[in-house]
Amino acid sequence: MDAPAPPDLPAPLADFFARRHWVLHPHQREMLARAAAPSLLLIAPTGGGKTLAGFLPTLAELAEGGHEGLHTLYVSPLKALANDIKRNLRTPIEEAGLPIRVEDRTGDTSQTVRKRQRADPPHILLTTPESLALMISYPDAHRTFAGLKRIVVDEIHALAENKRGDQLMLALSRLQTIAPGLRRVGLSATVDDPGVIAHYLARHPDPCPIVDADPGPAPDIDILPTTDAPPWAGSGGRYAIPDVLREIKRHNTTLVFHNTRAQAEIFFHNLWLANEDDLPIGIHHGALSKEARQRVEAAMVKGELKAIVATGSLDLGIDWGDVDLVIQIGAPKKVKNLVQRIGRANHRYNAPSKARLVPANRFEVVECVAALEAVREGDLDGDLRLDGPRDVLCQHIAIVACAGDFEDDTLFAEVRSVGPFATLTRAAFDECLEFVATGGYALRAYDRYQRLKERAPGLWGLRDPRAARQIRMNIGTIIDTDNLKVRMKGRGGMPLGEIEEGFANTLSAGDTFLMGGQVVRFENMREMTVEVSPRPEKEPRIATYIGYKWTTSVQLAERIQRILHAGDYAAFPGHTRDWLDLQRRYSRMPEPGRLLIETFPRDGRNHVCLYGFAGRNAHQTLALLITKGMEEAGLEPLSFVCSDYAALISGLKPVPDVARFMHHEGVRDALESWLRGNAVMKRTFRNAAIVAGLIDRNFPGKRSSGKQATFSSDILYDTLHRYDPEHLMLKITEEEAMRGHIDFGRVELLLETVGDRIDQIDLERVTPLAAPLFLERGIVPIKGRAESRLIEEEAAKLLAEAGLEPD
Amino acid sequence: MGNGHTFTFAGERLIARPSGALHWPAAHLLVVSDLHLGKSERIARRGGALLPPYEVVDTLTRLEADIHETDPAAVISLGDSFDDMAAVEGLAPAFRDWLERLVAGRDWTWVTGNHDPAPTGLGGHAAEGVTCGPMTFRHIATDDGTFEVSGHYHPKASLSVRGRAISRPCFLRDDRRLILPAYGTYTGGLRSRDRALTELMGSGARAILAGLPMVEIPMPR
Repeated sequence: MDAPAPPDLPAPLADFFARRHWVLHPHQREMLARAAAPSLLLIAPTGGGKTLAGFLPTLAELAEGGHEGLHTLYVSPLKALANDIKRNLRTPIEEAGLPIRVEDRTGDTSQTVRKRQRADPPHILLTTPESLALMISYPDAHRTFAGLKRIVVDEIHALAENKRGDQLMLALSRLQTIAPGLRRVGLSATVDDPGVIAHYLARHPDPCPIVDADPGPAPDIDILPTTDAPPWAGSGGRYAIPDVLREIKRHNTTLVFHNTRAQAEIFFHNLWLANEDDLPIGIHHGALSKEARQRVEAAMVKGELKAIVATGSLDLGIDWGDVDLVIQIGAPKKVKNLVQRIGRANHRYNAPSKARLVPANRFEVVECVAALEAVREGDLDGDLRLDGPRDVLCQHIAIVACAGDFEDDTLFAEVRSVGPFATLTRAAFDECLEFVATGGYALRAYDRYQRLKERAPGLWGLRDPRAARQIRMNIGTIIDTDNLKVRMKGRGGMPLGEIEEGFANTLSAGDTFLMGGQVVRFENMREMTVEVSPRPEKEPRIATYIGYKWTTSVQLAERIQRILHAGDYAAFPGHTRDWLDLQRRYSRMPEPGRLLIETFPRDGRNHVCLYGFAGRNAHQTLALLITKGMEEAGLEPLSFVCSDYAALISGLKPVPDVARFMHHEGVRDALESWLRGNAVMKRTFRNAAIVAGLIDRNFPGKRSSGKQATFSSDILYDTLHRYDPEHLMLKITEEEAMRGHIDFGRVELLLETVGDRIDQIDLERVTPLAAPLFLERGIVPIKGRAESRLIEEEAAKLLAEAGLEPD
Repeated sequence: MGNGHTFTFAGERLIARPSGALHWPAAHLLVVSDLHLGKSERIARRGGALLPPYEVVDTLTRLEADIHETDPAAVISLGDSFDDMAAVEGLAPAFRDWLERLVAGRDWTWVTGNHDPAPTGLGGHAAEGVTCGPMTFRHIATDDGTFEVSGHYHPKASLSVRGRAISRPCFLRDDRRLILPAYGTYTGGLRSRDRALTELMGSGARAILAGLPMVEIPMPR
């Protein structure tokens, strides 16, 4: 173990490593050796000392002392990660006696500390993309970041998947202008195509070399054997509680992951009821209060917990010491998430990670088997987007304006240096600038009130500096549903977390729900805070949280179809084999090259289920096409819901010949007007309008009782369509829809491939394969005749029940 | 159906229109409330968001259609016709002309609201309230209101269809009071469950949802 310390480490650090008998991994040495590279991407498995590899050059450069101000900025997608890194850096810094100050800055950091950090930044600052965006919006940003040498972007593969990454890369382009010598380092888990991430990270068109770490031993991963069989449909994994408890007892520390917060809450509650040995078990998810989260994190670090029930808030790369088992409840919708989550277990380099999967229903058994196969074959899925979203650009322009006047040519050049915006045209940029400045309307109504003024040709600045406050309040690209704070009733009642406003509105006094693992009773709503009291003896209603939205990847969906069709079900447990046989006997199995359509009545509705295995977006498009035909034919569709393997359409009437609504020629034209009025587009518009700064985020506590809510973004959407159909926000909505919700190309391909090989089977009741679709989230309602009819029926019923006569 | 929901109030036959306007055929009267013209201009003027500046054209287009279909001899705009006084000044000349054309030749009353004392220079006349037959028309409902028609609250109500709430602006009515929804395009709503409304409306109150299809339900409390 006594290998010599690397020669290029400063003495105090080298001594520290020697005392600890720590040996640098080859990729850590390589990162040190190539520390001067302008951009560098490290691909390493979780547990491979990735973070240390990222920080070693910083520690080495700062060991001598003498650096004034900020040296290294570390950005991660999670607040918890910043906390964790701070803890982990403390050991080498303190024990090696290095003159380095490390601080974190997240949404949880107090105003006073934030202000001080801008004036007197630490050597190493740990932050999130949103906090960084906020920091560059201040006029003193050039002073705060003047001496910046390095930026370390952790979990870059996760950031690159969504707009948070785009925002971060735009902020980076700003920092690069302020500190031209800035070097970029990206730390990524194993991904399909590292080149794409490298392009994302580097200043375009700079090269970005990639350092590959030894991927380590193959993980030990399998489906957890359970005493009871999983249900046909079901999402909580409750049937497996005795088996999960057994595993928790057998291991040091177990992490139990769920795909949604609501599921984590329910599972934790039931686990607790079954926990006869009083094992110390905690819960951790993003809707819990900061205090609650930190308590669990602290107990975990001290090794006081046998298990934590968690969601994505604990997901990425956090180093939790003694975790030796990860249990995933519900199918890991993406293979990549699975690999990430396995990474949590056994964080020692060269020790295999151990993970067990608990499928929540029989279909998920199939998904799990497919995901396991994919992991073994190293087939990782990904859907990186390299066309920078323009709503994020609009927000960035506003942020830049907050910091001071800017030149449009310079900003455009800067934006083009960002990988995802490398192909942005000047016209597309100018449209965004115009939108931020004047609203960009055909009717030039705001010349007096425009937000940005062109002070001299090409030089732009905020007309009214007070607008900066509003822009800063709306920074960020994550759109939460409107949440309300929950706290215990009484003076100084303990904050518990948040619930969705929509859910809160369905509660009346006396209703019970789960929050932080305890059953609480709704007391009242005061100034947009929900007050509750503990009520452990009651059966809870269920809190609906929007957590992360999970989708299976298209690759996984295709793999599932192959497995189903291959007909060799040896890999499945007996109960799942029986279930699949039942599907085959009662209906049939979907097969590649054909399209299986099942129709059946259930709960007074008629359902059409199409097994396209083409991804959620393609299925949404297909469902839009078919429901349009159905509405025109008087077949009264009500709604649809899609997963990555199928679409389920519900309506009032049976649909005898679904195929006639599926013409692949003219899909785009046919859908244009139907799409425009659809809830999918309105939802997309709302999110884009918030990010672009057209409408404010709703803040809990801002509105009080007796006051009207602000009018719905749907009104703005409709108004723009009617009076300004060429407006940028509508273009962005369409761009977003094409990449996030609608997939014309795949639908055309599907319909072409399938041709007339469509098998419609009309059945009496729901089939095994269709059952899980009734649990899918994100139901899209259809405004049409069926809805009108239901509204009229419901109204008549209510009047009659109330004893009121229609007059 | 498309023309609205007919009901009896104060012994008179009234029609709630899908647009949110109230029609009293026997009196040749059309009533609209809370037009909030100039809202986007006011928000921009105060340094807020630059919203699509099309709510005036949209509101006037709908108002013109209602007037065209009901051909009223009298029109009452029940207050908060403009978002504030400066919004009257800020009205583009084309819209001002349009509004004047609508007002001309009709007995047009601008009831004063809490946002606007009463617009000037547009024709019509201003009043704090109007009495017509058994009914009194004013902006905000009063405590002792009898057969009183008012606006101000922007009531909205929701109906749950298959576990999904369909929320729309609404008329609220009981034996003594009728409250109109906000007519302006850029107006938000106040849930009928809000205490301000539940305390105001009697126990047998009903809500008529504006929009299509128009339906009447017991007022959600």
